[in-house]
Amino acid sequence: MEKSEHLNLYQQMVVIRILEERSAELYQQGKIGGFLHLYIGQEAVSTGLISARKPQDRVITAYRDHGVAINCGLSAREVLAELLGKATGVSGGKGGSMHLADVNKNFWGGHAIVGAHLPIAAGLALGDVYQKQDGVTICMFGDGATNIGYFHEALNLSKVWKLPVLWVCENNQYGMGTTVERASAVSEIRLKADGYAMKNDNVDGMDIMKVREKALEMIEEIRSGSGPQFLEINTYRFRGHSMGDPERYRQQEEIRKWQENDPIGIYRKYLMKQKIASEEELNEEDKKATEIVEDAVHFAESSPEPAAEELFKNIYVEEGR
Amino acid sequence: MAKITMRQAISQALWEEMERDPQVFIMGQEVGVWGGTYAVTKGFYDHFGPERVRDTPIAEAAIIGSAIGAAMTGTRPVAELMTINFAFSAMDHIVNEAAKLHYMFNGQMVLPLVIRTVGGGGRQLGATHSQTPDAVFAHFPGLKVVAPGTPADAKGLLKAAIRSNDPIMFIEHATLYQVRGDVPDGDYIVPIGKSTVQRSGDHVTIVTYSKMLELSLKAADELAKDGIEAEIVDLRTLRPLDIEPVIESFKKTNRAVIVEEGWKSFGVGAEISAQIYEQAFDYVDAPIKRVTQKEVPLPYNRDLEQMALPQVEDIIKAVKEVL
Ligand SMILES: Cc1ncc(C[n+]2csc(CCOP(=O)(O)OP(=O)(O)O)c2C)c(N)n1
Ligand SMILES: [Mg+2]
Repeated sequence: MEKSEHLNLYQQMVVIRILEERSAELYQQGKIGGFLHLYIGQEAVSTGLISARKPQDRVITAYRDHGVAINCGLSAREVLAELLGKATGVSGGKGGSMHLADVNKNFWGGHAIVGAHLPIAAGLALGDVYQKQDGVTICMFGDGATNIGYFHEALNLSKVWKLPVLWVCENNQYGMGTTVERASAVSEIRLKADGYAMKNDNVDGMDIMKVREKALEMIEEIRSGSGPQFLEINTYRFRGHSMGDPERYRQQEEIRKWQENDPIGIYRKYLMKQKIASEEELNEEDKKATEIVEDAVHFAESSPEPAAEELFKNIYVEEGR
Repeated sequence: MAKITMRQAISQALWEEMERDPQVFIMGQEVGVWGGTYAVTKGFYDHFGPERVRDTPIAEAAIIGSAIGAAMTGTRPVAELMTINFAFSAMDHIVNEAAKLHYMFNGQMVLPLVIRTVGGGGRQLGATHSQTPDAVFAHFPGLKVVAPGTPADAKGLLKAAIRSNDPIMFIEHATLYQVRGDVPDGDYIVPIGKSTVQRSGDHVTIVTYSKMLELSLKAADELAKDGIEAEIVDLRTLRPLDIEPVIESFKKTNRAVIVEEGWKSFGVGAEISAQIYEQAFDYVDAPIKRVTQKEVPLPYNRDLEQMALPQVEDIIKAVKEVL
């Protein structure tokens, strides 16, 4: 891997972190409404994973989607503008935090009904197979989503039809306030894939290099015709489920312990230890990331609200499109 | 009698019914350790324990399906769907099972089941999380659909629902939990399937329920300043629909505005106005008006969302148009 690529990935992670911290502030100021699910703590998961995709590979995820959007190449500007409900947001201000998407970047959304996007992911892959494209669909979802029927129907179908999907469970230990043990019959979630005779693995989601390596391997196997595979990525969300979560279900001590494994810290150490980048260079990336986010905040705040007539646009496909 | 919030009223009803009848238990996502996503069941887990306050996986079909099964054995589950938008993930069990079993097996199976859920928009939650599909559920015979608009009704109707032997969708409104009102202490029951007059007036009948009751009362206060006295009929239960108080009021005022938060097409207003035309055609002095949500999926942007939702001004305007 080139040094520039490392720095790029590092910068993406820092952009996500700062963007999320700023979003939390903007939420508290009442500038962002609705639900806001932060990705802080999980940055290495999507950054590593999506760094392993080719342009023809599709990505689809749940509502915890800001980081995924950044990794798919959406700008911090258009992400933040969407969070503020502005006309310049990726979804024109009509989607909000949970509904980011940019199909031109092969990012198929942000979906807010738990598990509902899994069968859709199977369908994206079906479309590729049908049209003889060699794309792999990367479908991300939480641990909690593996308990709903949609998950099982989608996995089964993908296996029966040998669809090119990489199923990625982001196991952040909780679905809202419910631990994996209290909601799932198996705590090692990848074992669920065994029920569908699907190749599966797990990886430490706090270490971007491990995530990336595993993802590269699995995506290329799938592209070569292995059929769907399943990757469980162990991680932790440092913040509440969404803003305003009273967090009665976990101890500060547990959060502190996971924070010792900060994914950005781990990557920093790696880059310095391998002599890929110096501390100064990384600090420089931090500075750039701050600038990118500050510019995005300014852009979003000064962007116009959507025009009133937007309310009735895109209910149906326009004639002649 | 105490002045308490809708949240407290619902919580009180659940608590008292659980104390009264050991067969009553609750199950749903985050009802236990978290204390309910709308804090309705705060303290329940510690008091009643994990057997009676059951946190479930995210599995709506399993929640409703298993609640149906448990209900048929003689327990009285109150199954919570975190919001009504997730009821679609359990639609088969609500529609093809809960609403059918008693009839299809000729009365053999009895399902004393309450599905507690939360609907409504106005909180910038976007298209999938802001719906008011009450009319969808009211479409199915075999199911009862209750949607209270005041804290007192919430308490009395929930108690009645828990004691009822039929499957009931109990639809709360996400922006009503903080609303305060006088609520009778102890065993207060409001019968299911009874509309009520919430405000008397001679000039126009406003038919509404749930959150839109709040807006209609505000509109009526404004209208009163212009000397227009609106009578407000609160449906409270959509199925079985108690149309009598509506017809009675209409025969007095000869004019009606129906206010609902959901979409106009095939909605509650369509049903109510058809019944008025069927039963009181000779009393109609002006075409009946409906105030509803605009026919769009709700957008996230605050202004666009508010533009799409019914407002007090819309009600005032509609009333003036029928006068
Ligand atoms: C069908 C459905 N049921 C319930 C919800 C409410 N809900 C939103 S997120 C969530 C927890 C999901 O947990 P997990 O899949 O582990 O994802 P995480 O939030 O941890 O990223 C729940 C219950 C929903 N959006 N959709
Ligand atoms: Mg989770």
